[in-house]
Amino acid sequence: MAAAEGSADGGPLFAGLADVSISGDIPVEGEITVPVGSRSPDEDYSTLDEPVKDTIMRDLKAVGKKFVHVMYPKKSSALLRDWDLWGPLVLCVSLALMLQGGSADSKDDGGPQFAEVFVIIWFGAVVITLNSKLLGGTISFFQSLCVLGYCIMPLTVAMLVCRLVLLAGSGTISFIIRLIVVVAMFGWSTLASTAFLADSQPPNRKGLVVYPIFLFYFVISWMILTFTPQ
Amino acid sequence: MRGLPAPRSAALPRRPPRALVPCPLSPVPCPCRSAPRAAAAHPRCLVPAPRHTQDGSTAHPPDARPRESALPLRASHPGGAALASGGSQRGAGTMSAAAAGGSGGRSGTAAEWGGFEDNMQGGGSAVIDMENMDDTSGSSFEDMGEMHQRMKEEEEEEGEAGAGEEEDGEFLGMKGLRGQLGRQVADQMWQVGKRQASRAFSLYANIDILRPYFDVEPIQVRTRLMESMIPVKMINFPQKIAGELYGPLMLVFTLVAILLHGMKTSDTIIREGTLMGTAIGTCFGYWLGVSSFIYFLAYLCNAQITMVQMLSLLGYGLFGHCITLFVTYNIHFHSLFYIFWLGVGGLSTLRMVAVLVSRTVGHTQRLILCGTLAALHMLFLLYLHFAYHKVVEGILDTLEGPNMPPFQRVARDIPLVSNAVLNTTAKAIALTL
Repeated sequence: MAAAEGSADGGPLFAGLADVSISGDIPVEGEITVPVGSRSPDEDYSTLDEPVKDTIMRDLKAVGKKFVHVMYPKKSSALLRDWDLWGPLVLCVSLALMLQGGSADSKDDGGPQFAEVFVIIWFGAVVITLNSKLLGGTISFFQSLCVLGYCIMPLTVAMLVCRLVLLAGSGTISFIIRLIVVVAMFGWSTLASTAFLADSQPPNRKGLVVYPIFLFYFVISWMILTFTPQ
Repeated sequence: MRGLPAPRSAALPRRPPRALVPCPLSPVPCPCRSAPRAAAAHPRCLVPAPRHTQDGSTAHPPDARPRESALPLRASHPGGAALASGGSQRGAGTMSAAAAGGSGGRSGTAAEWGGFEDNMQGGGSAVIDMENMDDTSGSSFEDMGEMHQRMKEEEEEEGEAGAGEEEDGEFLGMKGLRGQLGRQVADQMWQVGKRQASRAFSLYANIDILRPYFDVEPIQVRTRLMESMIPVKMINFPQKIAGELYGPLMLVFTLVAILLHGMKTSDTIIREGTLMGTAIGTCFGYWLGVSSFIYFLAYLCNAQITMVQMLSLLGYGLFGHCITLFVTYNIHFHSLFYIFWLGVGGLSTLRMVAVLVSRTVGHTQRLILCGTLAALHMLFLLYLHFAYHKVVEGILDTLEGPNMPPFQRVARDIPLVSNAVLNTTAKAIALTL
């Protein structure tokens, strides 16, 4: 309706074209190229024929680039756009392996540690994603999982440092060093993931989304800090 | 991102349009700016198809208004901008509002045409948009419609081109025809399969049912947390309970974290299962189980309360538990714990009891309901404290048995380091004894 009125007024809508009127019986000549997405089958074939090394190197480079993004968290959309779950899987498995075999006298606590860490990380990430979606976020499911998984990287580094420090001895000084390192990495993880995830929320609800992320990384940091090898 | 937010008024846009040639297919030229993807829908002209941002054109239904009162199933919109529409319904004036308006406009137009009625009923999922992973275009059914149209145009073009040329044209016509047939069959099968899959998926994985319960602001959560410790005075008038699930869920998870901390510090050893599993099972089991039980009792005692309200009430009642356990897992005074138990736990229990009393009629019913709730709530706190505290006490008592009288409770503060040292010392002493 509004557009009809606009064309009836003839004024600001079609500036310069007010006198042009093409009726239906005048054939329009010329070539029309339709931008149909027929490129994708060609692309598939081209990546299917390449050597395996190229495929692997491309994926490794993508993963590596995302690690760099986590280390220097700027607001970039590369992490969000090309999400992948390789990095989170590698980080989760390495963290679970490093957390194994400690903090208990009995031998049968070594097994559940691995499953515990795995389950905590993945279900925690799923819960946080669902929560952020229910609060009205615009990020998709796997993008959020990707970001949360990649932001575990500082905590994995903290775990490595803790294990090395524990090799030297377990006293008050080592505890203080471990505490400082874990707290710093926890803060870094939370800030990095907040930088990526909080932008996709309505602005007045950022706190509601940040709190579960804080809790999630707090639980993981707690597991790292209380790790004592036997 | 996707263009500027659309003007709310019905006034005409002042800028010259991007598309210049009026389209012979549409009755009215469409002067508004639109996403380049919509431009591909009308291959005969350069004017984008009449489904785009809400610039007040004829073919558009009004904004996103009808969606606000609709069921949550309807309120979501398939596609990458699905959740943005949730944001726009709340009046958030962000970039996503334009995209949501655009996609809302587009799907509204589709519904108007009636071509996709059948599909719109099933396509309400907002969780995992498998076909629109990193693409923020509109509905997949729109794309199917576009593809159909494009294919038809191509068919006609190929037919014309075939008629215009010589033996190449004939050959092309034949090949074109067979190719078209095959493509159409494949396309139809794809459509049917996708429709079935998305229907099944939206049936089971639709989290939009929970969406209204998470519609809170941080200030509201803070207010409710504070209020959960303040017993109400007016019990003759039914008190309002907010049916919200965000706060209770976060409180349960916080309780899980605190419990985990308590179990680690007291060196609880769980033989069958994991620490985390036990903590989660305990907290969630309490929240869901006791809520259901009290809801059942409320049904018997004719109290006016719904399940979500009960979940919310009990969830906020766990705030007192969180505070108490957080303090007493770190400072191991027994008398301190009893003070907190009675004070903080008692306050939150009183609040829950007062709210329930205000919603129940009859003395016996009030007594049954509130007595049960008070007992369960206080006993839970007692259990949480003692189940994971006794282990440390047990070790200490056996250590210092010959030196100290058995029932003397000593105030002690066990930081993490000395805990490990304590354990190694305990082992060393046990070995030497």
